[in-house]
Amino acid sequence: MLYLDHAATTPLRPEAAAAMAPWLGPQFGNTSGSHAISRRAKNALEEARERVATVLGAKPAEIVFTGGGTEADNLALMGRAAVSGQVVTTAIEHEAVLATSSFLARLGREVAIVSVTSEGVVDPDAVLAATTGDTAVVSVMAVNNETGARQPINEIATALAEQGIPFHTDAVQAFGSQAVSASQADLISLAAHKFGGPQGVGILYVREGTRLDPLLNGGGQEMGRRSGTHNVAGIVGMTAAMEAATSDRARFVAATSEARQRFEAKLSDRVERTIPVDSAVPHISHLRFEVPADTMLVRIDRLGLAASAGSACQSGATTISHVLEAMGVSPETARRSLRFSFGWTSTPEDGEQAAELVLAALEEGR
Amino acid sequence: MRVLVAMSGGVDSSVAAALICEEGHDVIGVTLKLWQGPQGEMPTAGCCTLSDSEDARRVAAQLDIPYYVLDYTDHFRHGVVERFVSDYRHGRTPNPCVECNRTVKFNQLLEQSQAFGCDLLVTGHYARVRSGRTPELWRGLDRQKDQSYVLSMLGPDTLSRVRFPVGEMTKTETRGIAERLGLRTAHKAESQEICFVGVGNYRDFLRRHDPDSVAPGPIIDGKNPIGRHQGVAGFTIGQRHGLGIAVGEPRYVVEIRSRDRAVVLGDRARLQVDRLVLDEVTWTGLPLTKGAPVEVQYRSHGQAVPSKWNPGVVAFERPQFGIATGQTAALYQGDRVLGSGVIAATERAA
Repeated sequence: MLYLDHAATTPLRPEAAAAMAPWLGPQFGNTSGSHAISRRAKNALEEARERVATVLGAKPAEIVFTGGGTEADNLALMGRAAVSGQVVTTAIEHEAVLATSSFLARLGREVAIVSVTSEGVVDPDAVLAATTGDTAVVSVMAVNNETGARQPINEIATALAEQGIPFHTDAVQAFGSQAVSASQADLISLAAHKFGGPQGVGILYVREGTRLDPLLNGGGQEMGRRSGTHNVAGIVGMTAAMEAATSDRARFVAATSEARQRFEAKLSDRVERTIPVDSAVPHISHLRFEVPADTMLVRIDRLGLAASAGSACQSGATTISHVLEAMGVSPETARRSLRFSFGWTSTPEDGEQAAELVLAALEEGR
Repeated sequence: MRVLVAMSGGVDSSVAAALICEEGHDVIGVTLKLWQGPQGEMPTAGCCTLSDSEDARRVAAQLDIPYYVLDYTDHFRHGVVERFVSDYRHGRTPNPCVECNRTVKFNQLLEQSQAFGCDLLVTGHYARVRSGRTPELWRGLDRQKDQSYVLSMLGPDTLSRVRFPVGEMTKTETRGIAERLGLRTAHKAESQEICFVGVGNYRDFLRRHDPDSVAPGPIIDGKNPIGRHQGVAGFTIGQRHGLGIAVGEPRYVVEIRSRDRAVVLGDRARLQVDRLVLDEVTWTGLPLTKGAPVEVQYRSHGQAVPSKWNPGVVAFERPQFGIATGQTAALYQGDRVLGSGVIAATERAA
């Protein structure tokens, strides 16, 4: 199987597997306890927190470990909106943000959804214009998970900071190819499994002084911001993956760019990119075909190539992507769009091989 | 051969998939996502619930075949649900399973199966296809389960590209095979409900989707209004119960008028039908010639009755009673299906 669905999830990095191994075996322990076994777990947890803080340029106390990117997004929005005020976000956010926004709207919070350009990019002025004197949080993703479009978060962050409006960015799809740092937002969501860590663990960076109510209430872990017994194995694995991905970034960008270029070059007669190359991250190739996406997915799966349509429902059926819809792409075109995403295990040759398989799949229907 | 199996998650299509795998073909399993409610909820009854697609997925895994869920909600809404709603609004009694087979399964899915490189589409229907120079469609071996009625609109091109493995056996045998193979669906209950209607009944469904079809109107007996009803969609021709009135003589619904939303009652004699005018007539092979004898089945669970064919019209040998427009009339010769049409009008001999 040639795997080009790294944006969905990517294989565990060996550094992460090695770091986790003791915690899936001999090491265990609840971080909240007074005995030696607990202390070991607590020490591993706090060491991980310091190392994550170092990678992000943050203080350890600003790191909240969560059960993944979705939980981090939920915590950022609901934790802010619980305090007060309006929520501003965009039409191309991940469902974790959009569905949370709808939930808040049902609870009576004012929610503004900012539209995007036809190239899938948010306009900072439009975001700013949507805020009110009572905005609890503005949430704009760093990189769109479907098209790979980079968003002007630094510009938005600067403008919002001047007005003292808290800014959240979902950087789940950014980390690995982009530098993500605590200076970029008041709240930042990350998910381990997108950069070679395990699934089911993530981070919400919370800048010191940003008031945030907890979403999960209970034993008061994470300084009361996220209760629940720590997933120590997941957290140490994520930390190792984060460090590995950071030191691997330059190679990652070069290798995936090369793979993607070779992939797209071989397909140039048969496909169209959804957005311009220079506005996207290097490892995501979002393309339009002459054949419906669900048919293509079945064909390439049979040929041993894994990719995905923009979004899939729980049952796995391909549905119309809200991101493409927000960009003004017609439903008919949206149904012919596929995402190929390269990752840390991809080689430049993978791009050529994948293109051959895609061409073979296109030939099947002739 | 590469074969596409439509798997609903029930025992019949599970066994159909297993049998086609045993023949050594290159098999792909799919489940169609046909319907979701306004909030994205999946059906809770019928053949396409979320847990059913999970059963289909597990059976496919057991058979070691690739499996996909395909989003057919748009096709289904346009091809089936909109017609269902419009038929009821116009006083007809639709047959959504026939429309689903006609427009979705044996049209769009068949087309997509070819795009997947498949030579054959297999489903778990109880009907038999006899292949030959021209393929023939026959009633399922198990007469209790026979589904040839809802497949009667298939044409020769379609029949040459489909197979129904369980049509060659009884339901008991089907369950026996499922048990022998240890399929998780072996003891699953039958699904009889209309899949997209879901919780509640079809009246609730129509109330949500077409408030006009449940607008009140008069109930008329003879020429006299005798009461009000809560919407024409609650009624079908020949209906005797649930009219909300008690009069001496047995009264039946004899007419449903969309014009003034009137439900007209009458005695049994008014239900008499001698001829059916058919629309959308299709043939499994050659069309019948004028005056040819044919047997007509005009509801999904009913007998086929002897008749005579005149283009677009079937004349019963003996009068029939209480036939609803909108239903399919399947044309048979013995156990062989000749064709089908949708009942556009019912007529009584002068």
